[in-house]
Amino acid sequence: MSPTMQSIVNFLITWWVELVCGVVIVAVVPLVAGYVVLVERKLMADMQARLGPMRVGPHGLLQPIADAVKLLIKEDIIPDNADTLIFWLAPVISMTAALTSMGAIYFGPSFGVARDINVGILFVLGVSSLGLLGIVLGGWASNSHYSIIGAMRSTAQLVSYETAGGLAIVSGLLLSGTLSIRAIVNAQNQSQVWFVFLAPVAFFIYLVASIAETNRAPFDLPEAESELVAGYMTEYSGFRWALYFLGEYANMIVVASVATTLFLGGWLRPFPNVHWLRWLDFCPGLFLALIGVYSIYRAGKQPVAIQVWFMWAVALGCFAVAVIFGFPLFVHKMHTWGLLASLPSFDFVIPGLNGAFWFLLKVAAYIYVFMWLRFTLPRYRFDQLMHIGWYILIPLAIVNVLAVGVAMLLQYEAGWNRWLALIVTTIFTLATAAYLVRLHDRRTENASTAVAVAEGRTTDSYAG
Amino acid sequence: MREDTNHNQATLLGADELVLNMGPQHPSTHGVLRVKLKLDGERVRGTECVIGYLHRGVEKIAEHRTYQQFAPYVDRMDYVAAVSNGLGYCEAVEKLLNAEAPPRARVIRTILTELQRIASHLVWLGTHALDIGALTPLFYCFREREEILKIFEKYCGARLTTHAFRIGGLQYEAYDGFEKDVERFCNSFESRIQEYVDLLTGNSIWIGRTRNVGVLSAEDCIALGASGPILRASGVKWDLRKAQPYAAYDQYQFEIPVGTRGDTYDRYMVRMEEMRQSRLICLQAIEKIPEGPIMGKVGKVLKPAAGEIYHSIEAPKGILGYYIVSDGTTQPYRVRVRPPSFVNLQAFDKMVQGHLVADVVAIIGTLDIVLGEVDR
Repeated sequence: MSPTMQSIVNFLITWWVELVCGVVIVAVVPLVAGYVVLVERKLMADMQARLGPMRVGPHGLLQPIADAVKLLIKEDIIPDNADTLIFWLAPVISMTAALTSMGAIYFGPSFGVARDINVGILFVLGVSSLGLLGIVLGGWASNSHYSIIGAMRSTAQLVSYETAGGLAIVSGLLLSGTLSIRAIVNAQNQSQVWFVFLAPVAFFIYLVASIAETNRAPFDLPEAESELVAGYMTEYSGFRWALYFLGEYANMIVVASVATTLFLGGWLRPFPNVHWLRWLDFCPGLFLALIGVYSIYRAGKQPVAIQVWFMWAVALGCFAVAVIFGFPLFVHKMHTWGLLASLPSFDFVIPGLNGAFWFLLKVAAYIYVFMWLRFTLPRYRFDQLMHIGWYILIPLAIVNVLAVGVAMLLQYEAGWNRWLALIVTTIFTLATAAYLVRLHDRRTENASTAVAVAEGRTTDSYAG
Repeated sequence: MREDTNHNQATLLGADELVLNMGPQHPSTHGVLRVKLKLDGERVRGTECVIGYLHRGVEKIAEHRTYQQFAPYVDRMDYVAAVSNGLGYCEAVEKLLNAEAPPRARVIRTILTELQRIASHLVWLGTHALDIGALTPLFYCFREREEILKIFEKYCGARLTTHAFRIGGLQYEAYDGFEKDVERFCNSFESRIQEYVDLLTGNSIWIGRTRNVGVLSAEDCIALGASGPILRASGVKWDLRKAQPYAAYDQYQFEIPVGTRGDTYDRYMVRMEEMRQSRLICLQAIEKIPEGPIMGKVGKVLKPAAGEIYHSIEAPKGILGYYIVSDGTTQPYRVRVRPPSFVNLQAFDKMVQGHLVADVVAIIGTLDIVLGEVDR
């Protein structure tokens, strides 16, 4: 065997798990992102008194696949004056950054995608921030005014809000004392409470900042449809556009995962240490079984035979997964009662399966909040966005880091009760927030009067 | 120091102004308006509106049609408020003929026109909110508008370009259950309008996006000829329904809402209140629709005596005027329309100066223009 072959084989032997994981991410995440889009459209339709996609598959269940096929077979257009190489590269960067950062995320105690990096959170933040590069380059390379304005807005927005989001994460990290994703969740297990209850303000700041980082409404200025047509994506179409789009939704999953890990207890079920709530472990199986029952109920109401069959298939799929979730628990219970001793124990899969369920449920809830806000709120203007970022969120995040530190000092050095320390410092933080908001209101009042009087002598939006 | 850098950013950096072309194909120029924006960063330093992409020569067409034949054409000007256009034209020709529609026709005209005002304002509210980024009100607004369009459809068979009125009165008698339909709509509309209020009126983002944006003083409005809700939001209590009552408006009690600051938020509040007042007018009108004929005595062939006439009404978007010159034949010698959208659009440049790009779409939205009417 030649040395080159030998080194390749060695490489594969060392890294095969990561390589397989990478392939899985590339294969699964776009599909998941596609279905997140479908869920979003359905939710939007529900809130807007209409039905949403109904044509492709029962209740539009195959719509993402139809969309993907349509985008794949579209003509590939590159504008004449575009910088071809960068135009080609930009969406790839965006997509790659979003997918790579998924690699470090843990969906269950032993269900990590790649491996536990000891600076996991830092890795996720750093790599997902690289996605910004794709947006900026795409806007630049398109050689279009709308694109460049969109890219410009995007840069300013992401830089500002990542500062606030990063500081919010620091509060969480203070509580956990580690950067490793697994250790952070374990710390929440040990402290018997999710960090969202210990650092509510930090969670809120991270929520707002993550909406801005993912360019979602009400902070979707880089692609504000009514102003910039599609912002940095204006000149993109077909598959390149799909890459941007999927990157954006994958990014949503990433920020939701980070929030879940850091603040919402990761894969822990609610109240992981409360003994009499152990029945919650049966939730995953029951939940899926309920979905299955509902599908059967709906199957009777489908107009076309094939849709009836499809609903039955969905129901059977749900039941199958429910059995997978429920069987190990069932065997475990039987063993504790001394029954079915001949069956092997499946206990080793219970934490993984349940962990994945709770983790994904929390991620889904977080993304639901994103969507809910999008359908409810109007869009901020650019200067307002910057004001909120620099005058409210960042100062508040700094104060909050300080407050969390003080709370920990009070708890560990002065021996205060944990909740007392928490309440005192949170009140302090909220008082700061109220002060900042008042200050901001007064400033904008002055600023808008200035606009009316002297045509645009407000604070510079790009000063950051 | 800081003030200076902000104000002269372009000169300090040695950068040119950016000319951004918005439209004629753009999601929020409400049709085929084209706006050239001179930008310093995102701040607007100058604008130029290019119109005419939807010019169909409506006024010229009038010279080759009889008076009756031209009536459907006016529906195609402001196509989201076709009934109001038709009312203005029919009344103008009636005035030219010295004829008058019978009382029953006038009341039904009033009801339909007020419903049309609500429908037109609903389109404005939905699209305006959509421009500012609120996705949901659009669907709520169109849900209510659908009810109104159904009433139109039941009345005359058409939903948008209705041609609901005839010169001298009405062609169709109100269908059975007309009053009930209008009443049902009016009763449900009160709670529906509360939904928009819940979503927008107190929303701090909405207020932030509309307060002090596109301010027009009363003097500016009058100098520019702006009319309708734009004029009233600046504090001028001028509504032709009260000032020069036409149709059956003199019989009903209603308020004219006015604003104080003349900004986008005031215009929003004025139009919201106008919808409520229109609802009240409809409720008053259906209570007592007089019996009698629906067509006055105008004859089959209209040959007004040589002369000229100007008649204006308060359309949803402002003052809609028709100037008709007759040479004594069956065809008008000249028809000139004073379209509210066209005149209001003049205020655009003044309103936009110094604002950001995001405000441009808010201001186009608050002007409530329909390009079919601007270009004619």
